[in-house]
Amino acid sequence: MSELDEVHRRLEHAPGDEEQVSVRLRVLGYLIGLALAIVLTATSFFIAGTDLVWQPSIPVAIIVLAIAQMGVHLVFFLHITTGADNTNNVMALAFGLLIVFLVIGGSLWIMANLNQHMLPMDQIMQMQR
Amino acid sequence: MSGRTMLGKLTWSAIPFDQPIPLLAGAVVLVVILAVLVWVVVAGHLPDLWREWITSVDHKRIGVMYTLLACVMLLRGFSDAIMMRAQQAVAFHSNGFLPPEHYNQIFSAHGTIMIFFVAMPFVIGLMNLVVPLQLGVRDVAFPTLNSVGFWLTATGALLVNISLVIGEFARTGWLPYPPLSELTYSPGVGVDYYLWSLEISGVGTLVAGINLVTTVLKIRTKGMSYMRMPMFCWTTLASNLLIIAAFPILTATLAMLILDRYLGFHFFTNDGGGNVMMFMNLIWAWGHPEVYILVLPAFGIYSEVVSTFSGKPLFGYRSMVLATMAICVISFMVWLHHFFTMGAGPDVNAIFGIASMIIAVPTGVKIYNWLFTMFAGRIRFSTPMMWSIGFMVTFIIGGLTGVLVAVPPADFLLHNSLFLVAHFHNVIIGGVLFGAFAGYTYWFPKAFGFRLHEGWGIASFWFWLIGFYVAFMPLYAVGFLGMTRRMQHFDVAEWRPWLAIASIGAGLVLVGILCQIAQLVVSIRRRAELRDVTGDPWDGRSLEWATASPPPVFNFAILPDVTGEDAYWAMKRRARDEGEHEPAYGPIDMPRNSPTGFVCAFFATVMGFALIWHIWWMVGLGLLGAFATFVVFAWRDHDEYEIPADEVARLDRANLQARRNLVTAAGSI
Repeated sequence: MSELDEVHRRLEHAPGDEEQVSVRLRVLGYLIGLALAIVLTATSFFIAGTDLVWQPSIPVAIIVLAIAQMGVHLVFFLHITTGADNTNNVMALAFGLLIVFLVIGGSLWIMANLNQHMLPMDQIMQMQR
Repeated sequence: MSGRTMLGKLTWSAIPFDQPIPLLAGAVVLVVILAVLVWVVVAGHLPDLWREWITSVDHKRIGVMYTLLACVMLLRGFSDAIMMRAQQAVAFHSNGFLPPEHYNQIFSAHGTIMIFFVAMPFVIGLMNLVVPLQLGVRDVAFPTLNSVGFWLTATGALLVNISLVIGEFARTGWLPYPPLSELTYSPGVGVDYYLWSLEISGVGTLVAGINLVTTVLKIRTKGMSYMRMPMFCWTTLASNLLIIAAFPILTATLAMLILDRYLGFHFFTNDGGGNVMMFMNLIWAWGHPEVYILVLPAFGIYSEVVSTFSGKPLFGYRSMVLATMAICVISFMVWLHHFFTMGAGPDVNAIFGIASMIIAVPTGVKIYNWLFTMFAGRIRFSTPMMWSIGFMVTFIIGGLTGVLVAVPPADFLLHNSLFLVAHFHNVIIGGVLFGAFAGYTYWFPKAFGFRLHEGWGIASFWFWLIGFYVAFMPLYAVGFLGMTRRMQHFDVAEWRPWLAIASIGAGLVLVGILCQIAQLVVSIRRRAELRDVTGDPWDGRSLEWATASPPPVFNFAILPDVTGEDAYWAMKRRARDEGEHEPAYGPIDMPRNSPTGFVCAFFATVMGFALIWHIWWMVGLGLLGAFATFVVFAWRDHDEYEIPADEVARLDRANLQARRNLVTAAGSI
């Protein structure tokens, strides 16, 4: 048990102090992230304004690019990895995603349902006259 | 620039000279505050107060201040309650003594204060005080941030109280439903007081949540794995995860209402494409998790108390952890049950109704676990245990009426009736408040070094319990008789006797509160005989009892090494079997005190007040001041000080000696 605790302690870091990796490697990581982020952003702008692709595919493309952008930020800037020392961060991310999914998904469903069951506002106003 | 534009909307007419009740209440509060301030200054306590409390970043001190804020605001919230009960007792075919616009402010203020400035600071205060001690560590993750969080909460409470004498409070109920809360129908500053006090204190709550989650996840003593944490730490984790997830929704929703009111946006207006239902949806997406933010820590307190006073480990620890985390997630899947009647179709209502019934299952698991913990235990009926038993009986009734209103067809009959009011008071008083009182009595000796007087505590418990039943059982009955909530007067003869009984119940609760005040006064006067010499007054099982009462600033001279559940119980057995030896003491680094929190909150108060009254230059001043405080804090160089090893050894040896004396005395009997 104590061995496990030892491993546990060695792998856990306080927020802020990361594993000792050389500065050069870390800067390189940030630069790759920056480059990917710029490419993804530029592509989004390019696709939004172009007529080179099939028009109805544009919203889908922008959503895909946005999700990729989130992934780049998480990996290169927020340092979310699958390593054992990252369990808390991954769990927090998963919890956050779950809540966002529940609240936004639930809200859309509820509001759509409400709209479907309510008369449009001008008709309600007419009924009151 | 004329005086009028200098002070925005603020004029002499903002002070209600024509209304004696708020003016008198305000005057009394002002006199009390001034008297306390004068006493503090004259008796020379001001430097101590500043050094030891106001600028303190010690989690124990901050916890105590949170709890004190909650107790003071409980008196304010309760005086609102007793005025409402008195009004309804006399308002049959008459206007009573409270005019409608005043009555509406009172029920709005009562709900807002009781949830945000009593229940919230009470549970956050207890978590702050106890969790680092239970985890066996010296501090929380972010000590100065902790202080900022407390003072921002106090800012919110202050703004709500200022509204009593300068201007007015919201008349919209504790959740400001649009379109009533929009500028068209509430042109006064009441809703603005509500919005800004909750925006500011909401930041404080979020900060406290981040701090406590980080503490539980990152700062535990050696060997304190997740499955060895005391139950209160688990419920703290779940509750603060909910704070982090839910409070941003509240902040954003209120911010949208602010944009509607201040900048002419149309989020929730009737015209211009607004949708009022979006407000109901969002506010309850926060509001339902909020219920569990309050009650989960209370569940943790009951777990600690029941286990300690039954002399047994908690029954079904793992199922308790699972139930807590299940509630944490399911609490985000039920919010529509607050507006079943507002137009959703049967499919949506059915799903949310079923989810609401499912969440009762993990809660039921907890009740059975507490019962089985008590089963065959050697139970001591001290005050904290009495609150816990009172809770179990009361909460089951409240929970069952909750399952009843979770059935959509039943809810269509009971929605917005006094049945609902009785239900949520049943779970909040019987669940959260009884838990807070149990925790207050249980951990008071840890915080101050002496126990609370037992007789007054038991008396207060019985008055509260009986008073609760006399006050709220009649409300279930009038709810069935069709009485809706928030009525300033009524003309149905059948309701009258029930409301008269309810007002008697409020009177009994008042006696309970007076007993609690007497208990505090008597305990302070007789603290010598109630002294907790060893630091373990209840024969406790978790690590907070392993150190002196009150604990030294560093909590533990040597960080404990945990080998199983009920860590301190195991340590006591080991010490009895093997004897103990003196550890090697070393110096300890502790965070320095900082006025950052207090100064930030001062500027936040200025800014909030200015925003409410549209005094724009003062808004800028407040914002600038708060930002400057942050910059000064960020640039400081020395954030820790060292306590020498000799001092650590001296304090720890005194405590160990007191414990040894007790064991020797017990052995000689």
